[in-house]
Amino acid sequence: MTGDAAAEAVTCTGLAYAFGGTKAVDGLDLTVREGEVFGLLGPNGAGKTTAIRCITTLLPVPPGMVGVFGHDAARDRMAVRRLLGYVPQQLSADAGLTGRENVDLFARVFDVPRRERAERVAQALAAVDLADAADRLASTYSGGMVRRLELAQALVSAPRLLILDEPTIGLDPIARTSVWEHIEAVRAATGMTVLVTTHYMDEADHYCDRVGLMHRGRVRALGTPVELRRGLGERRRAEGTADADTLPTLEDVFRDVAGSGLDDESGDFRDVRSTRRTAHRVG
Amino acid sequence: MSEAPAAPRTASADRARLEGIGLLVRPPQPRAGRRVLPARVAAMCAVELQKLRHDRTELYTRAVQPALWLLIFGQTFTRIKAIPTDGIPYIDYLAPGIIAQSAMFIAIFYGIQIIWERDAGVLNKLLVTPTPRSALITGKAFAAGVKSLVQAVVVIVIAALLGVALTWNPLKLLGVAVVVVLGSAFFSCLSMTIAGIVLSRDRLMGIGQAITMPLFFGSNALYPVSVMPGWLQAVSKVNPLSHQVDALRGLLLGTPADLPADFAVLAVAAALGIAAASSLLGRLAR
Ligand SMILES: Nc1ncnc2c1ncn2[C@@H]1O[C@H](COP(=O)(O)OP(=O)(O)OP(=O)(O)O)[C@@H](O)[C@H]1O
Ligand SMILES: [Mg+2]
Repeated sequence: MTGDAAAEAVTCTGLAYAFGGTKAVDGLDLTVREGEVFGLLGPNGAGKTTAIRCITTLLPVPPGMVGVFGHDAARDRMAVRRLLGYVPQQLSADAGLTGRENVDLFARVFDVPRRERAERVAQALAAVDLADAADRLASTYSGGMVRRLELAQALVSAPRLLILDEPTIGLDPIARTSVWEHIEAVRAATGMTVLVTTHYMDEADHYCDRVGLMHRGRVRALGTPVELRRGLGERRRAEGTADADTLPTLEDVFRDVAGSGLDDESGDFRDVRSTRRTAHRVG
Repeated sequence: MSEAPAAPRTASADRARLEGIGLLVRPPQPRAGRRVLPARVAAMCAVELQKLRHDRTELYTRAVQPALWLLIFGQTFTRIKAIPTDGIPYIDYLAPGIIAQSAMFIAIFYGIQIIWERDAGVLNKLLVTPTPRSALITGKAFAAGVKSLVQAVVVIVIAALLGVALTWNPLKLLGVAVVVVLGSAFFSCLSMTIAGIVLSRDRLMGIGQAITMPLFFGSNALYPVSVMPGWLQAVSKVNPLSHQVDALRGLLLGTPADLPADFAVLAVAAALGIAAASSLLGRLAR
């Protein structure tokens, strides 16, 4: 383990995972600091979900690749899981149970003692504004409500690290804002760390302290949203392809990284060739 | 490089209390190792009962078939006296067999629920909780047992209404409950094991249908082992359903039964089933 493990919520060192021949994650190095909101961005198929499934112990990884608050994800699964709240990419509440029962199940499996269970479940539901709908079946919830319910399920165990895989996917703009506001409020109140993936660059720009841009299984650009945007702006100015005073958006940075498949850190030959081959096939 | 802004826990705790979420900053104390399994089993059984409470249609529709078996098959064969039952009316002889059958039908399709939970993402979320896979499977197995038990109560009531002379001795009924739960634990684990191999609802459905009939007719549910051909007797001896029926008959009707052997076979079968299903659960998580 490296020096000050306590200040690092997540460390991935050369994380690799392949499905058969598909290298979904291919040498990912990543550090999420305690207390920050870290956004993992990247095009479809970049490997974001796979990386998250490795961090959450859902996919088996060799020892030494993934650490969560200093616990190794291979050697110390249970300790890692106790620190995590996880909301997967897919909307996934149990439709046959009420909102309250959905949250209660997670309170039970995280060993919340009986005497404080009802109160804790009620607090989690209230924190995501579902107190009034708590006793309705989850099958009657809207997409935004299901997402907030999942947030309550993840929060009921007071996780130190909240992992959200595209928490606002498929939600209308109002529901998106609402989900983020609840994440922000709980984070401010509890001081937990948040690792989130999203395809909405405006969300990443607005809510993330730092972002990592992933492409083909690796982080290709890393920094605060403003740092990344300034960096691209300066490069473009140096190349003479942009005027001096418009700062590129995070979306420009995304296009720059995802579009070329290259950056100064990892511009290896294979990338160039495969990009050319794809370009050839496309036409 | 700036220092990580590690918010002091106490300051945030004060703030959380103000926001009415004071409990959400304090992680719960982990249970001691040996108390994890019973707690997880209780959690899964609670979920099963909650679901039954919200939607009882399955309970009612699944009561139709056993009622017909008892009503039509039972009453007809009671009249023609074709099956040697040691002097007890055939419908009485049949009732424990039908209880076991209806419990097995529920359990053998339980794997479909696991696949549904996998497809819906619910299983993945459970696998990211401090729940060992074997505890999760044991929990599911007993949850299937609870579901079967509720069904068994319905069938017992139907049988009683049809005039079957069943015991009302509470200790024996408790034994009946244990037998039903153990049997269902085994059959649901068989189903979850197959689910872990075939990974698809449709294939599991097909295999489930293909194996229920041989399990049922290759058991002593409808007729005593002694009237079977030799090879089928051998099958019946290793069929856990036969042991379940034997125990149920012994407890409910007082017929001669090898209860210790029956309980032992059912318990060992359930344990093996749990081990097999747990080892294949990882395939469903990928
Ligand atoms: N279960 C699986 N079996 C086989 N291949 C998979 C599986 N899951 C992911 N992959 C492959 O791994 C690669 C990375 O997928 P992953 O889901 O991690 O990407 P992602 O960045 O989360 O994409 P998205 O933004 O679309 O969610 C893709 O090429 C995908 O096809
Ligand atoms: Mg994804």
